[in-house]
Amino acid sequence: MRTQIPKFRLPDSVIDEECGYILNLGVEAHFDHWVGSLKEVLAEGWDAVFVGTGAPRGRDADIPGRQEAAAHIHIGIEWLANVAFGHTTSISERVIVLGGGNTAMDCCRSARRLGGKDVKVVVRSGFDEMKASPWEKEEAIHEQIPIINMHVPKEFVHDNGKLKGVLFEIVKAEYDEKGRRKLVPTGEPDVFMECDDVLVAIGQENAFPWIEKDVGLEFNKWGLPVLNETTFQSTIPNVFFGGDSAFGPKNIITAVAHGHEAAISIDLYCKGKNLNDRPPPTFNLVSQKMGIHDWSYDNQVSEEGRKKVPVKSLEKTLQDIKLELELGFDPYMACSEAERCLNCDVETVFTHKACIECDACADICPTECITFTANGEEDDLRSRLKAPSSNREQALYVSDVLKTGRVLVKDENICLHCGMCAERCPTGAWDMQKFFLEAAQAGAEMPKT
Amino acid sequence: MTYLAKPKLLRPDVPRNALGYTKRDYEGAISTLCAGCGHDSISAAVVQACFDLDVEPHRVAKLSGIGCSSKTPDYFLGNSHGFNTTHGRMPSVLTGAALANRDLLYMGVSGDGDSASIGIGQFAHAMRRGVNMVYLVENNGVYGLTKGQFSATADKGSKSKRGVINSDTPIDLVTLALQLGASYVARSFSGDKEQLIPLIKGALRHRGPALIDVISPCVTFNNHAGSTRSYDYVREHNEAVNRLDVILPRDKITASYPAGSLRRVVQHDGSVLLLRKLHENYDPSDRVAAMNYLQERASMGEIVTGLLYVDSNAEDLHRHLNTVEKPLNQLCYSELCPGSEALEALNQSLRRVGGDSDVAGG
Repeated sequence: MRTQIPKFRLPDSVIDEECGYILNLGVEAHFDHWVGSLKEVLAEGWDAVFVGTGAPRGRDADIPGRQEAAAHIHIGIEWLANVAFGHTTSISERVIVLGGGNTAMDCCRSARRLGGKDVKVVVRSGFDEMKASPWEKEEAIHEQIPIINMHVPKEFVHDNGKLKGVLFEIVKAEYDEKGRRKLVPTGEPDVFMECDDVLVAIGQENAFPWIEKDVGLEFNKWGLPVLNETTFQSTIPNVFFGGDSAFGPKNIITAVAHGHEAAISIDLYCKGKNLNDRPPPTFNLVSQKMGIHDWSYDNQVSEEGRKKVPVKSLEKTLQDIKLELELGFDPYMACSEAERCLNCDVETVFTHKACIECDACADICPTECITFTANGEEDDLRSRLKAPSSNREQALYVSDVLKTGRVLVKDENICLHCGMCAERCPTGAWDMQKFFLEAAQAGAEMPKT
Repeated sequence: MTYLAKPKLLRPDVPRNALGYTKRDYEGAISTLCAGCGHDSISAAVVQACFDLDVEPHRVAKLSGIGCSSKTPDYFLGNSHGFNTTHGRMPSVLTGAALANRDLLYMGVSGDGDSASIGIGQFAHAMRRGVNMVYLVENNGVYGLTKGQFSATADKGSKSKRGVINSDTPIDLVTLALQLGASYVARSFSGDKEQLIPLIKGALRHRGPALIDVISPCVTFNNHAGSTRSYDYVREHNEAVNRLDVILPRDKITASYPAGSLRRVVQHDGSVLLLRKLHENYDPSDRVAAMNYLQERASMGEIVTGLLYVDSNAEDLHRHLNTVEKPLNQLCYSELCPGSEALEALNQSLRRVGGDSDVAGG
């Protein structure tokens, strides 16, 4: 987090603040402490050990010229770490970044800030299949970095160890009957691109050089620890894993979720309880009605489009690698963005016994997501709804049978949660109720049965 | 009512009609009637019918009188012409408007108070003159705006919300319309849009006076046990004689029906009314039989609904009066004032042959 995500995206102040929430809880933390052996850690006699060491090894591009031109070819995440620590402060003017993930985007944008003038990203896959988030790609393009797709690196061309450039083969994607992609050469002549430095960001692997082979921890064929997927417990009962080191590279949000689950496991483990008897999440469903037309949530649907986060000017940000690019929203824009929320947590709750089938809700619904009709199989039902119902991934709500023998069907896919159905309902059969799910935390009581 | 405007957010695949309009384009202001009012369902049915028929909103004139029902034209077709007239006078104002501009589709919206009490004379004459209009009665059996007194259409013996039993004989607007010469007469229920929408469509494509009496429960004052206009009571006593499908000349008839169960009526503009019979012997072209049938069933406590009578060859007021084809506001000066020669010719045509002196009419 601190060494591989560039400061212009995630400044230290943000990390310090958020990590501070935990450290300030009264955690006894030991920093600047080299951990070189799991055996030694276990020998210290801790009740439980949690490993969150990430996926720290970048995958290499094993093609001709790699060894000879090694001085000008860098592994992306290692290079980013060197930049973060201040060991690396400059790069040549002409840089090629190999890879299409977020690390590749971080590499190319960092290179632009350290003196790279002609920086380009070259990717095997097509633009849409790239692993990088769309907004990361947008920002790279915004920083005048071309992204060249469907090019596979074939050789690092060098002159006695002095890198000249990279030779690429042009490919196209073909899909077999199972939908698996295969990249096949198009037969066009290979492309040579000149450059002075290459950053290789074609993937990450897990590495645990500090875990002894004979310590009793089992690894699977991908080099990842064998874990219980619910408890995050390893084959050594008091050792738990989380984050990228558990199931391979994902993102910080996933890692935090792992941490919560592992904390519950560790709590149960230390109390000598069954790790599979986990406290359930708690939830709440509360009516939002304040008056005939008053709700305790903002039910007006905004018609504003999504706003882009304002950024500092390119001249400024390309000068200073630590300068955060985004300015953030001003209060007005932030409120306007927040108002675009469709309030999916506010559920439309229907009580079929109170319904007099007056059609008021179906008539007022701005998206026609409510239909009174005879019940039927899902396909048949979807074909009879007032608004076309094509998204099968979103379930239909079908009520119990009403007085006339019909049912009420609501297509959740198009509901705006505006609450108009509930405002127009003469009998209160509709209500808007806020659903709040609280994930279980370590130390939570088990419900009494 | 609600304080919020209906969100304008449209999904990308929202259905559009031949004019490129969405159904939302046929809506009006947000209703200020009580939540659950049957009248709002009728408004929604009008919106759907006009959307389905690709009606150009600027070609519609909505006229109404006074009452809950007469407020509703504000809640549909917000881009059409509207005229909120005085109490019970909608038919007369509409007749005048129709004579002045025959190019518009006229929709008169009224209630049981507006049409069966204060405006019954107006109602009668619009029907017997054959004004080319859709006459929509939103019939709830009570005066909702004045807190639920019985109206002139309330059934004898029905109980008010306060527990009073109605002792007066009801006026049945459907029977009156049949008697007075309406050429398209239907009854429906606001809680049954599958029946109501096609009836409105058929009426919009009909030439001549088309009356639709829509029973529309008043949720606030007439939806209790003992009422004969409540959602429950109407659903229990509803006897539909037929189901209607309106087929436009451009559409192909795709559905197949068993032989003998269907009746086709071709209207003057080529649109086809497909009537699926629900009562074997009911004949919607026989006016006298229809009246008899209605009386018979009413005495049994049934509410007969459906397309009760239609005369697809009916003439309208314009034909009776031989009015000019163009709307009056489009007539140019030379048409309105053809000159002294034309006047002389007209005068001449009125003089007796042989040159007898004129005699003042007596």
